[in-house]
Amino acid sequence: MTEAAGTAGPAGSAGAAGVDGPGRPGPRRGRVLEGLRAYGLIAAMWIRSTMAYRTSFVLMTVANFAMTVLDFVAILLMFSQVDALGGWSLAEVAFLYGVSGVSFGLADLAVGSMERLGRRVRDGTLDTLLVRPVPVLAQMAADRFALRRLGRVTQGVLVLVYALVLLDVDWTVAKVLLMPVMLLSGAGIFCAVFVAAAAFQFVAQDASEVANAFTYGGTTMLQYPPTVFAQDLVRGATFVVPLAFVNWLPAGYVLDRPFPLALPEWVAFTPPLVAVACCALAGLAWRAGLRSYRSTGS
Amino acid sequence: MTDGDGAAAGGAAFIELDGVEKVFDVRRKTGFLKRERREVRAVDGLSFTVARGEMVGYIGPNGAGKSTTIKMLTGILTPSGGRLRVAGIDPSRERTRLAHRIGVVFGQRTTLWWDLPLIDSYRLMHRMYRIPDARYRENLDRCVELLQLAELLEVPVRQLSLGQRMRGDIAAALLHDPDVLYLDEPTIGLDVVSKAKVRGFLRDVNAERGTTVLLTTHDLQDIEQLCSRVMVIDHGRLMYDGPLAGLHEVGESERTLVVDLERELPPVEAPAPARVVRVEGPRQWLAFPASASAAGLVAAIAARYPLVDLSVREPDIEAVIAKMYAERASA
Amino acid sequence: MGVGSGRLYAAVAAGGFRRYATYRAATAAGVFTNTVFGLILVYTYLALWEERPHLGGYDQAQAVTFVWLGQALLAALAIGGGGMENELMERIRTGDIAVDLYRPADLQLWWLAADVGRAVFQLLGRGVVPFVFGALLFPVALPREVSAWALFLVAVALAMLVGFALRYLVALSAFWLMDGTGVAHMAWIAGLFCSGMLLPLNVFPGALGEVVRVLPWSSLLQGPADVLLGEADPVGVFVFQASWAVALLALGRLVQSVATRRVVVQGG
Repeated sequence: MTEAAGTAGPAGSAGAAGVDGPGRPGPRRGRVLEGLRAYGLIAAMWIRSTMAYRTSFVLMTVANFAMTVLDFVAILLMFSQVDALGGWSLAEVAFLYGVSGVSFGLADLAVGSMERLGRRVRDGTLDTLLVRPVPVLAQMAADRFALRRLGRVTQGVLVLVYALVLLDVDWTVAKVLLMPVMLLSGAGIFCAVFVAAAAFQFVAQDASEVANAFTYGGTTMLQYPPTVFAQDLVRGATFVVPLAFVNWLPAGYVLDRPFPLALPEWVAFTPPLVAVACCALAGLAWRAGLRSYRSTGS
Repeated sequence: MTDGDGAAAGGAAFIELDGVEKVFDVRRKTGFLKRERREVRAVDGLSFTVARGEMVGYIGPNGAGKSTTIKMLTGILTPSGGRLRVAGIDPSRERTRLAHRIGVVFGQRTTLWWDLPLIDSYRLMHRMYRIPDARYRENLDRCVELLQLAELLEVPVRQLSLGQRMRGDIAAALLHDPDVLYLDEPTIGLDVVSKAKVRGFLRDVNAERGTTVLLTTHDLQDIEQLCSRVMVIDHGRLMYDGPLAGLHEVGESERTLVVDLERELPPVEAPAPARVVRVEGPRQWLAFPASASAAGLVAAIAARYPLVDLSVREPDIEAVIAKMYAERASA
Repeated sequence: MGVGSGRLYAAVAAGGFRRYATYRAATAAGVFTNTVFGLILVYTYLALWEERPHLGGYDQAQAVTFVWLGQALLAALAIGGGGMENELMERIRTGDIAVDLYRPADLQLWWLAADVGRAVFQLLGRGVVPFVFGALLFPVALPREVSAWALFLVAVALAMLVGFALRYLVALSAFWLMDGTGVAHMAWIAGLFCSGMLLPLNVFPGALGEVVRVLPWSSLLQGPADVLLGEADPVGVFVFQASWAVALLALGRLVQSVATRRVVVQGG
């Protein structure tokens, strides 16, 4: 992140700041770059802060890893009693688990702290972010940036590798290309969920737990095959909160499994579009939330 | 403050409010599930201007609309009505552009990084505000010298005392050369020495840089020592705007001398205009004009009574304002 | 314990109850989240029991009941965090604990009372709705006799004691570690896994199953569930839970006395 942010200031108007007010770097693209740069700066500060408590950092990283490991152990235990769940084998479920775990882990690493928004609104510290010359969304996303969350990503990667070793996938170029696309799009979709849930906290500051239903609940659901769930639940996870695009649909393509809801095969390639659309919607929700905060002050 | 006056005479208004309003919708619980909606006018048609380089005290009772005004001036809150400009910028519409021109110190909320050495917070400001290197170094050196931060730069913020942290916060707000500095209770909770340091520094910044300063406070001495102009706000409206002396005329403020005598005694006979206002066992409270010296009064009492301990309480803003209202009502 | 101190701890417990009762939006959010998690788990269990009827000695309805029971007890027993431990650790870290030590009340009992107040609120405010929701929408196995429910409530009360005793020990670790959140996280994870929250303990195979079933965490969810489902002898469960409660509370006292001696020596 810090490397991406750079020191010279990619937006180019470094010198102008302060003299006569900063020249605004090109409207939208500039703001995105400004946001990423600020994100990098703040995240770096948090990493240094965590290093003040090394023991705790190590313990938390191990805890984060262990948490997700035990999560998967529960699935292994299930498969010690049965050969298939909803018609999917252990290797296939592990594949779903790995993709969901990595996607969610990356999103959690990047913007997981957004859930603290309600607390910041309540104690008034959100105001200190609003007087800074960088986007509030970037400051909020980087708040309490924690490398320990890499524990979850690591575990997801290990399970994914385990699944790929066990599975006998009939690899094609499309399938190989779909793998990274699927993971990044999945991370994008989960990021959007985090941001949208935070935006909701502008309205209901104490309701941060609602986010857990969609984030942690979402990733838990995606660890199991769609065939396990009621059709209405799958429909909701496809068309309302499009979590199905994280793994169910693209993984179905890679594993040559029939698609849920009898969807056509090409939807397996739509996750990037879905992720972009979700992020755009989440961005709008965030702006609306911030606007309402600035007009109500609570 | 000749500097400020000169700027005021020559320049247009730097902070401009014209009929600014802020209305909140307050929902109050009236029963288990019933809620009542009510409109609250936190700021109600506020108009004033502040010239570049002025140093203004902005005071009023809690809930009077002070912090709402500051939040609108910094772009945190959007006004419900009226016109508002700071350095020609509409704060709510161009919040991030304005951020480069203003510095904000929230009295009880530090913006410094708790677990990191003080200098790290400044380095972040340097890069976040894109302050040119030379200017950053120059500003930092000045702040370090005047606020006596040299020894503290490498100390984690969590280990700083309240006064040290406040000085650190003020420095952080000034590194990017803001034109306006908003201070919310800058001396709250500080000891006498720290208060003096903070005030001295603010005076210097204002005099040398011509930085416009707007400060809210409960401490009358902040105003006495710093501001040539005071604005009193209550119920969202401007009640008084003028020199502090004028405020004193409206309501002469009094200090209180608290004496502990060896034993319970009838009210002490003090030289006028001092008078006993309260007796509780061996402890007595005497009120005397804020402008008079406490030393003479203490000497007079000590000469005639068995004095064990004493303390002087400064008048606070609330008392002055309360008196001001009382006198207005009776006039 | 005199009548006076009994009244004191009752007041502390009532305070704990009221404190959580004020956060209505948070409670509603919790109910929603517990319901969603219940839904997700219930479908995976249905698939599991579809594949292997009578897995772990439960039938499908019992497995479903287990899921909703877990969601009902999760917040009350603070199995995955959210109890008094965060606050106690914060007080130890900031040194405010010194104030508590000078209070004319027993430290452990004080926090126990506050935690019981919280747990009772969480049980009523957050537990009941998801449970009723689950019971209405899915096939469940619930007893008809009042006595069975009374026995279940005794098991839940004992579970609250064990849960508190575990988290109290976790919180006291903050006396030795600058920042105890790492330990707390580890404890929550152990709690989720070993209580049966992720998978009923009777489904755990072989030696692993035998080990987790005698660990204290099985008092939290597995014990009360087996009592309600009529799968275990209530007296046996009570004795198991009570033994762990006594042992862990005693250990807590021991650690507490060592820790507070440290505070006194350091001068607070």
